[in-house]
Order: sequence, then structure tokens, then C-alpha cells
Amino acid sequence: MHLNLSDVQHIANLAQLELSDTQAQKTLGQLNGIFELVNQMRAVDTTGIEPLSHPIAALMPDLSLRLREDNVSEPDRRDAYQQAAPATQDGLYLVPKVIE
Amino acid sequence: MHNKSIKQLSAMLRSRMISATELAQHFLARIRSSDLNAFLHVDEGLTLAQAADADARIHFDDVTPLTGIPIAHKDIFVTQHWRSTAGSKMLENYVSPFDATIVTRLIDTGAVHLGKLNCDEFAMGSSNENSYFGPVRNPWDKDAIPGGSSGGSAAAVAARLTAGATGTDTGGSIRQPAALCGITGIKPTYGRVSRYGMIAYASSLDQGGPMAKSAEDCALLLNEMAGFDPRDSTSVRRPKEDFTQNLHQPLAGLRIGVPKEYFGEGLANDVAQAVRAALSEYEKLGAKLVDISLPNTALSIPVYYVIAPAEASSNLSRYDGVRYGRRAEAYYDLQDMYKKTRAEGFGEEVQRRILIGTYVLSHGYYDAYYLQAQRIRRLIAQDFREAFTQCDVIMGPVTPTVAWNLGDKADDPVANYLGDIYTLSTNLAGLPGMSIPCGFGQGDKNARRPVGLQLTGNYFDEARLLNIAHQFQLATDWHQRTPEGV
Repeated sequence: MHLNLSDVQHIANLAQLELSDTQAQKTLGQLNGIFELVNQMRAVDTTGIEPLSHPIAALMPDLSLRLREDNVSEPDRRDAYQQAAPATQDGLYLVPKVIE
Repeated sequence: MHNKSIKQLSAMLRSRMISATELAQHFLARIRSSDLNAFLHVDEGLTLAQAADADARIHFDDVTPLTGIPIAHKDIFVTQHWRSTAGSKMLENYVSPFDATIVTRLIDTGAVHLGKLNCDEFAMGSSNENSYFGPVRNPWDKDAIPGGSSGGSAAAVAARLTAGATGTDTGGSIRQPAALCGITGIKPTYGRVSRYGMIAYASSLDQGGPMAKSAEDCALLLNEMAGFDPRDSTSVRRPKEDFTQNLHQPLAGLRIGVPKEYFGEGLANDVAQAVRAALSEYEKLGAKLVDISLPNTALSIPVYYVIAPAEASSNLSRYDGVRYGRRAEAYYDLQDMYKKTRAEGFGEEVQRRILIGTYVLSHGYYDAYYLQAQRIRRLIAQDFREAFTQCDVIMGPVTPTVAWNLGDKADDPVANYLGDIYTLSTNLAGLPGMSIPCGFGQGDKNARRPVGLQLTGNYFDEARLLNIAHQFQLATDWHQRTPEGV
């Protein structure tokens, strides 16, 4: 299976990445090279094999992610956190207008 | 002074032979005169203030084994006082409002921080050429790559610009640069070291660890870095361990598994010879070699290059130009702002991995790619489980070749990915792995380029791995070799 140029533009759109036609062309060749490698997986029979998403689950099958009590544990540090933001006003993040 | 081990420096500091301030000044001067591009941000005032604090602690005998020891962090760990860029234009001027857990832990020990170390952008790469801030040079041969993604960490330790460093390893990013720069590094079991404040690449694979001159120094660093952290949901709760405790155990009777898949086609002769010689050295120390098989090794490449990009595409969706980091200068609406911000802020390799990840997670392809990769991931973990019924540790090469020349594979992602063959499966299974120096390549250029021996242990067996590495380093001097002029 091979990707074509419109596939690449579609994926870039899903990923919220602007890609010029020249870049898309270059990327296309590279992605097809990578998927040639990736497609080696297709020949493997994995019937009945459970997917492994957390590596330690291979050791401890009952592993589950920890949850904490639902109470306030962090102080309010909004100002410190907003210092790294490109644009803020009155404690809010500014973005281009989305609703006219 | 810079060739001394952390243990030796610690003794000198405690006996007042040297002060933490003098030690910090010595390393800062070395960093100033270095041309490796290993450091991305140094602030001598901050470092010297920490050194003064360490000297005060030493004065009051309030010391840990790391008090006054100069260290530096891979620029993947966020810091409040130094910029945290992840090697990316996206975070060029980012200053974090908090410290990563391991940074806090190391500051608490009184270790003196020299600054932040260059790396491949968002830890994606094997050559350090994917850093927005330019490649790091290998101190053994400045025409060569240092490896990646923790290339700045490895080069800085090899050139003795710091006594120790932190790194992160998602598919080999501690072990591979450690091998190519002739230093020692350990990737702990997944969950050992907190990922809180470690800028995320692939969350089910990422793991931080120490990089230093020897296994003993790595053990001292890991003692302070490892431990349960409630802020990391995958942090593993285990009793505190002293990783230096078993260093002196003899190796008589040790069973070393040698996987046939690690010595096949693609392995360079000079690397194979150095690794074989190291295995013979282990036999002299009383170990036995056992032939084993890890049949799915070759599949670790496609599996990794599906799972890691999938997780990366999700993790990196946070860079949207709204809450932190860069925002494009010109755009016409919100969507356009996202797209231009991300196109301008991410480098080529990062964009490529985001695209792969987006594709394999997209409707209609999820089962064929992502779930299939996770199923084979389980088969890979089972291979190791089977192998560890026959042996105590697995050994082989870290990389198929010694360091290559800067630029040689820069435009060929597949060639880069194939070089990760011996390291990826360890991350997929979540096992601990090490690289220790075991020799050099052969021929005109390669004779100056180091070779690493890989040690893979069973889950949570770091103390054993460090013991096995330390015993080798007592019998050999590869880890004490330094590049010319160091």
C-alpha cells in the first residue's frame, strides 16, 4: 500500500500542520519508505495475542493506573503558568476570534 | 581533577581538599572553552550560588554523596531557572514554572547544576543532528556524531565538562550516545525514575536515567534519581534500594545470554570483535555464556516506529501556540494559527513522526497498525521472559557500527531507524539496559571511535546490572580512556 500526495495533505490536516506542496512531495517519499519498513508487521500472526500498552503489564498482568483522591492538592499559580503564554489578558489566554 | 570519579570528588569535598565552588569554577571554565555545542544554557551565577550552598552544607556536615558534585541535565527535563527547550524552536525561550521531579531531587542532594544539555528535538533522533540549536560534536572525533538523542549529555561526560549527566531513553537515547562517546549509561526499568517534568515524547517508553564515567558513578546518581513519585501515574511504588550495595559481588557462575539475532547481518566487524572480546573478559571473571534467541528482534523497528510516533502525535498536540511556547507571527484564524505555529516550530523529523503517528491512529488504520504493533510488543516482551529463564543478563552490541560522520545519514530517516535495532526492544518490554565502553573500532577513522557493550537485565534488576558492569570496569580500563587533550 502506498500513500499519495493527497493522503499526505489529509494527514497533515488532521495533525494541524501546514505543509507546502514541495514539502508534501518530499515527505511523501520518506513516509512511503518508512511504511515499507512498518508493513513488515503485517506478516505476523497475532491471533489471540493481547495488545501490550503498558510495559510493566507484561510483568504484572493486574496492573492498573493509579488514581488519586479527588481533592485540591495544588496551589493556584495561574500567573506563573501564564508567563510562558504568547498572549494573555486578565488571566485568560487570548486566541484569534472564533465566534463573530 | 575532571577525570576523577564522583566518589573521589565527594571524598575530596568532604575532606576539604577542594570546595564545591572551586570544583564548579573548574568545570565552568572547561565548558566555556569547549567547542562541542554540548550545552544549550549555562548561567554561571546560578551555578556558583548552588556551589556556595553546597559549601555551606559541607561546612555543617549536612552532606549526601552528591553534595557539591557538578552535574547537568538533558534539556528534556524542565527547570525553573534555566531555559527548557527540548532542542526545539517551539520552546526556544521557554522557562518552566516548575522543576522536574528528578531536578528537585538532585537539587535537594546538594548537587551543583552546570546547565542544560543539547539533544535531538523532543528526544527524536539518534545523531543529535535534529536539534534546532545545531548538532553536538563527538569529543573523540569532531567529524563524528555523538549519538542521540542524549548526545549533549554523552559528549559532555566524555569531554569531562561535567561529572555526570541526566539523559532520557525512549528507544536507546541513553545507551546509544553513551556507546558512541565511550561513557557509561543506564536506562532503568520503566517506572523507576519519575517522568514528571520530563517533556513527553512517547509516554509508554520514555524513561530517565544517569550517564557518567563509570557504573559506580551511575549507581550513585541513580540512588538519588529513582523513587516513587505520586505526580507520575506510571511511577512504580517499590522499597528504596541502594544501587551501590551489590557492586562488589563476584561474578562467578553468572549466566550471560548472547542473543544470536544481535550478531547477524548488519553488525560491523570491528564492533563485533570488541563485543566478543568483552564477553571473553567476562568468562575470565567466572561468567558462562549461554546462546539464546530473541526471535522478534527485527520486528522491534516497525513496532517502535508505529508506537512511538503514535504516542508522540498525541503528546505533541499540546503545542498549539496558546498556552506556552512559540506562536506564529502571521495567521488569519485559529486553525491557521495552529497550523503555522506547528509548521514553523517543529523540525522535519518531529513533523515526520507526528504525521506517521496521526496516520496510524486514524480511522481505518488503528487496528492494522497501532493494535498490531502493541500485539507484537507483547511477543517481544515474552521473548525476553523466555530468555531470562536461561540467563541472568543479556549482552550484545548497543549499535551496529561506531559513530558515523556528521551529515552522513541526515536526510535518510530509514537509515537512522535501522541503526536502533539492538536498543528498541528493551524499551518496548520496559526492561533496564546499560551501555559500558568496551573498546574502539578499527581502521583509519574508526580506531578513535568507541564501542559500547549492552547489558539488559530483568525487571527492576538495576543493582545487578550495575554490579556486572562495575566488575568489568574493575578488570578493564576502557571507561578511563579519554579523548585526546582531555
